[in-house]
Amino acid sequence: MSAPVYVAGVGVISGIGNNTAECLNALQNGRAGIDKLKYLDTAHKDTFPVAEVKLSNDELVALSGFKPGISRTAMLSLVAAREALNNAGIEDFSSLRSGFISANTVGGMDKTEDFFTQFNANPQAGRLRNVVNHECGKVTELVADELGIKNYISTISTACSSSANAIMYGARLIKNNILDVVIAGGTDALTRFTLNGFNTLMILDTEYCQPFDANRRGLNLGEGAGYVTLVSERVAASLKGPLYCSLGGYCNANDAYHQTASSPDGIGSFMAMEGALKMAGLNPADIGYINLHGTGTQNNDNSEGTAIKRLFEPHFPKMSSTKSFTGHTLGASAGIEAVFSALSVQQGFIYPNLRFETQIADLPFRPETAFSTQPNLKHVLSNSFGFGGNCSSLIFSKLEA
Amino acid sequence: MYIRSTGNISPQKTFGNAAFPGEVVAHEGNRLNCITPDYKELIDPKLIRRMSRVIKMGVASAMACLNQAGVTLPDAIITGTAYGCLEDTGVFLSKMAERGEEMLTPTSFIQSTHNTIAAQVALLIGCHEYNNTFVSGGASFEHALLDAQMLLQEGEAKNILVGGVDEITDISHIILGRFGLYKQGPVSNLHLFNYGTKGTIAGEGSAFFLLSNESSEKDLAKLEAVTTFYKPKDFADIESQIEAFLAANGGLSMYDISLVITGDNGDVKNDEVYHYLENSLFNYCNVVKYKHLCGEYPTSSAFALWYAVHLMGQNADPATAHTAKIKRILIYNHYQNTHHSLMLLSAC
Repeated sequence: MSAPVYVAGVGVISGIGNNTAECLNALQNGRAGIDKLKYLDTAHKDTFPVAEVKLSNDELVALSGFKPGISRTAMLSLVAAREALNNAGIEDFSSLRSGFISANTVGGMDKTEDFFTQFNANPQAGRLRNVVNHECGKVTELVADELGIKNYISTISTACSSSANAIMYGARLIKNNILDVVIAGGTDALTRFTLNGFNTLMILDTEYCQPFDANRRGLNLGEGAGYVTLVSERVAASLKGPLYCSLGGYCNANDAYHQTASSPDGIGSFMAMEGALKMAGLNPADIGYINLHGTGTQNNDNSEGTAIKRLFEPHFPKMSSTKSFTGHTLGASAGIEAVFSALSVQQGFIYPNLRFETQIADLPFRPETAFSTQPNLKHVLSNSFGFGGNCSSLIFSKLEA
Repeated sequence: MYIRSTGNISPQKTFGNAAFPGEVVAHEGNRLNCITPDYKELIDPKLIRRMSRVIKMGVASAMACLNQAGVTLPDAIITGTAYGCLEDTGVFLSKMAERGEEMLTPTSFIQSTHNTIAAQVALLIGCHEYNNTFVSGGASFEHALLDAQMLLQEGEAKNILVGGVDEITDISHIILGRFGLYKQGPVSNLHLFNYGTKGTIAGEGSAFFLLSNESSEKDLAKLEAVTTFYKPKDFADIESQIEAFLAANGGLSMYDISLVITGDNGDVKNDEVYHYLENSLFNYCNVVKYKHLCGEYPTSSAFALWYAVHLMGQNADPATAHTAKIKRILIYNHYQNTHHSLMLLSAC
């Protein structure tokens, strides 16, 4: 069970870029993807800034190769998953036992909510083709069919920690010798359903979000998809290109405090981080960078910060929330941040936490505010916490040269 | 994996100590709703008020399963649900359409997330351990089982609560009906397999299982293996998948199987593969169907697993008193010819 699992490829699309190179360029240059809402048709257009992928559905059709009318969730997924697969450069892919483990929380909701405006007035109205791919699992199947993956197709939905659990599950399918290679991560398109849902919870920021700032006001929603190509040791040895890193540790725990709110002491976050460290055989001081869940809500940042304080004091690693760039992409966030974390540990990148001004009084640390390169970065921790108390942490470790 | 206990709310009298199948409950029409228990005896009434129907079904069957096993805190909670909490989703969507995205309230949004049932169970019993939810369409429950199997093998858990849950709502029934999934006109579940027409009958349910890697000496059955396969090429491909599955589990063949439970749903096209297998691979085996009991839905295989546990140890053929007891059961189901699944059980 201790056989390592490697990250051999990455792929991402988000508000800051349509591929890994574009996203990395934005991270290096402090360019946020948050802006006035442009593509989603909603009554809240002028109220809440969001990090939309900067492509219309027609442009995404062209980029993804899907026929028109497919859910935006699936189109985003295919763009990023295909990049992750191609990036891994696996020559004999079709001869391997392959899996596509993709998380999402909205499925084809972008189409369903269009259907509903007519259906709600008349149950015989509304085009059925707009609800045929409503289920979360359907989105995964559409993309798997395009990628030619057949052996194992699975979808996980645990709110905002969804794609961290997809990556864990993918790694475990390799460790248990069920699969050789897994494209794992997640996708979510921005929808009226989620925008209005988060609005009822009153945790959306009407300005650009400020994660881990004492004066933070809430989160900005985003959209996108992010995947890592996980491979077994045997497949890794057969690859010509360099590997990004290993997935050294992971843990899934539950806060068991409230359906949506996190506990004040962050017990779930603490257990997830501690469990991932234990699995990786690391001490807190070994972690060089934490990619925070850092949504920018009062509740999350307090809870996550308290858990980090308890686990890491007095040696705090560098940390930042890249949601200050991408917004909170929900079911995609851990996939997108896994890509950022893999690049971080491979190349020593530390990303800035944009718009940070004032340290939270109860926390003895502050996030990074500038991009930097750290030559001695060995281990990166990525946190993802969600509704239902679902807390998951992943640890990406540098490979010895 | 040893199955220590079950909790099953379904369109039959499967919950509690009812002697199933004392009598099969007849449902007229193409929608089989669950027979629900008095939740007040199972869940704190203050909490019940906020829960939608599927959350109540899920939580009550999960709690009953834990109670029956005498386990207060499992080491993991894993659910499979294709649709999640449809009622809450529908309420929020309807209100959004009616009110032009204004004056909405959070409750239905909060409870619409697919992990709500697993989360509510964790919350009720204060379980901080592994918690996961699969939404893989017709393989949701099987992927939850496979997750549990891996956790047990990894030594990460000893007792795991696994459930498959899906509901019918008025909205989902109308929409899925418009897709032509269900039989039209007068129809009874008791005659589901006699019509020879297009369409099935809608079902729903919540079945939970307490799984352990150690025998408790009083387990109900042993789940030897579970597997899924995706969009098979043809019937021969399905046949070879089944043979390979059995061979991989101790070199078994169909001669070692006492009973096969198949997922026929009454739709002529859907059931072709089952008829094919009954005349080929399953030719010399006793075959029983289950969807006349629970209807068709993506996680109905959870009901099938419960049914298998129930039948284990009974006479293989009730018509003849001399038949050997059922020792090994194979469950084969597919959902809309996309996800196919196999489960193998043996007597303890």
